[in-house]
Amino acid sequence: MNLHEYQAKQLFARYGVPVTKGEVASTPAQAAAAAGRLGGDLWVVKAQVHAGGRGKAGGVKLVRSAEEVAAAADAMLGQRLTTKQTGAEGLPINQVFVEAGSKVERELYLSMLVDRSKERIAIMVSQDGGMDIEEVAANTPERIITVAVHPAAGLQPYQARQLGFALDLDGAQLKQFIPLVQNLYRMFDVSDASLVEINPLIVNTDGDLLALDAKINIEENALFRQPDLQAQRDTSQEDQIERSAAEHDLNYVSLDGNIACMVNGAGLAMATMDLIKLHGGEPANFLDVGGGATPDRVAAAFKLILTNPAVAAILVNIFGGIVRCDDIANGIIQAVREIGISVPVVVRLEGTNVEAGKALLAKSGLDIMAADDLTDAACKVVAAV
Amino acid sequence: MSILINKDSRILCQGLTGRQGSFHAEQCIEYGTRIVAGVTPGRGGEQHLGVPVFDTVVAAIADTGATVSMLFVPAPFAADAILAAADGGIELIVCITEGIPVLDMVRVKAVLKDYDCRLIGPNCPGIITPGECKIGIMPGFIHQPGKIGVISRSGTLTYEAVYQTTCNGLGQTTCIGIGGDPVRGMGFIDCLELFEQDPATEGIIMVGEIGGTDEEAAARYIQEHVSKPVVAYIAGVTAPPGKRMGHAGAIISGGEGTAVAKYEALETANVKTVRSPAELGSAMLELLG
Repeated sequence: MNLHEYQAKQLFARYGVPVTKGEVASTPAQAAAAAGRLGGDLWVVKAQVHAGGRGKAGGVKLVRSAEEVAAAADAMLGQRLTTKQTGAEGLPINQVFVEAGSKVERELYLSMLVDRSKERIAIMVSQDGGMDIEEVAANTPERIITVAVHPAAGLQPYQARQLGFALDLDGAQLKQFIPLVQNLYRMFDVSDASLVEINPLIVNTDGDLLALDAKINIEENALFRQPDLQAQRDTSQEDQIERSAAEHDLNYVSLDGNIACMVNGAGLAMATMDLIKLHGGEPANFLDVGGGATPDRVAAAFKLILTNPAVAAILVNIFGGIVRCDDIANGIIQAVREIGISVPVVVRLEGTNVEAGKALLAKSGLDIMAADDLTDAACKVVAAV
Repeated sequence: MSILINKDSRILCQGLTGRQGSFHAEQCIEYGTRIVAGVTPGRGGEQHLGVPVFDTVVAAIADTGATVSMLFVPAPFAADAILAAADGGIELIVCITEGIPVLDMVRVKAVLKDYDCRLIGPNCPGIITPGECKIGIMPGFIHQPGKIGVISRSGTLTYEAVYQTTCNGLGQTTCIGIGGDPVRGMGFIDCLELFEQDPATEGIIMVGEIGGTDEEAAARYIQEHVSKPVVAYIAGVTAPPGKRMGHAGAIISGGEGTAVAKYEALETANVKTVRSPAELGSAMLELLG
């Protein structure tokens, strides 16, 4: 689950990570009033969307009067922002963050994530802040310095110093940096974050360190013990189809093709997409109906698939283990009858009670094509489009 | 022969009295698995599915001599249960539970280094030695005693590979689902090492998926240490970057963990790769002649 920049900065502030002063606003008038309270003569108005690349997309404006703050907010609010991370449809801007402008001396990079191969929280810094870190990683990997933290010991001062020296900070800045990174680590650990990124972490002209941007991702599996963070979820920033899938315990990812698939198990679902592609088709989605593919869930899955107007055929691929194929077949028949599906449906069943399942489909009188195996299923559905 | 478990393995089930634990433990018992104890705090002294229930792992081991744990404890309490099993002296923990917070697993893995204990999972179908012992949620009837070792990151996709080797008569020595989480117990390399040493295993099927670099590391290991034929399939060629495909670990990030990179690494190591999971069984049959 992603947090907005303003939410992330509130969390930073609570843990003692220095941030610039700012306020969130939902109307141009609120934005102008916020600028007045913040004071000064330079402000930044930032669109609050769950995506990076906002600056290049026009979602960050530097302004010099309250009128300009209101105008910038007016231009953003209610619009959709399309960045290279959002996809073509963009994300809705419901709020802007109004921030006191900073005089930037240096732009640095700082992030934390769970390094799966080291099985530890890793902290990365680079002197090349303010730019696309993936480009830095690809072109000049030596300019990214990483430490991994032992979970029992926690982040040690020597590690924080190592990062600080790598950033070429002076003595006074190191005294700010070491508690900053230690506090950020504590926040990461306590909040069950999966990613925290500050890009850029700036040194301002007074020589102070400040988080100018903030990105926090909280691990979904841990939300049960993070009620305060879960309450900050902004569902307007999430794919609505994927969201409604999650409510039915379905795992759905929308793709660009026209052959929908419904599969039990994540690995088999990916493999089914691959097979469609291998046989010349284009998958319309990833959909894992999970282990307990009950008739209700199958029906919900069909409805979900059909919300995508591009779908021209459906492939159902179920390896019934604990789930019985005759139960699945009944679920499919019930769903097809209820919903009135007008595109071709190819069904491949394997596993427990497979013969009974196939017989049910055959005598249902519905236009369902049965497939004998994986390859046959993929060929049939590609041919049906 | 087999690896890790056989007909003599004595298993305790953590979370036996829960809905999932009851359902699957019953299937395991039917298959012939020797489930000798259940552990549910507060339910000690009861009998469940004809098996004595204990309050603690330590008490269960003392009374029954169990050395393996099958774990169905719900995610919020699963890390604690894994550590209880390790500290109690369990040698092999098979954690089926899905949805354990990754930072819990980071802590668990660090602690497990202090114990002579293996962990399979979490978020996995489990492990089975066909005809002898089934620990997990896989359907027993698709398996058949034989000569192939199967290692997989996914559940139902494992069943595909298994079923193909059952249908073509090769059968399996042991099948392990290592699970789809980013931080987990045994990996491909741990399993490859055991299958290489197992005299009954003549060939190894490896089913990987996008995300992480475990398959690449496994490829390097195979090149240096595995003499037996290996067939591999990687799921997720069509998966777009940045999208999580069901498993917490199945995500391509920063150009790392793509199916293409994994196939390349495996082919460099002379692994027979297939682009369709439907060909895993036939490719292995061909290699073994």
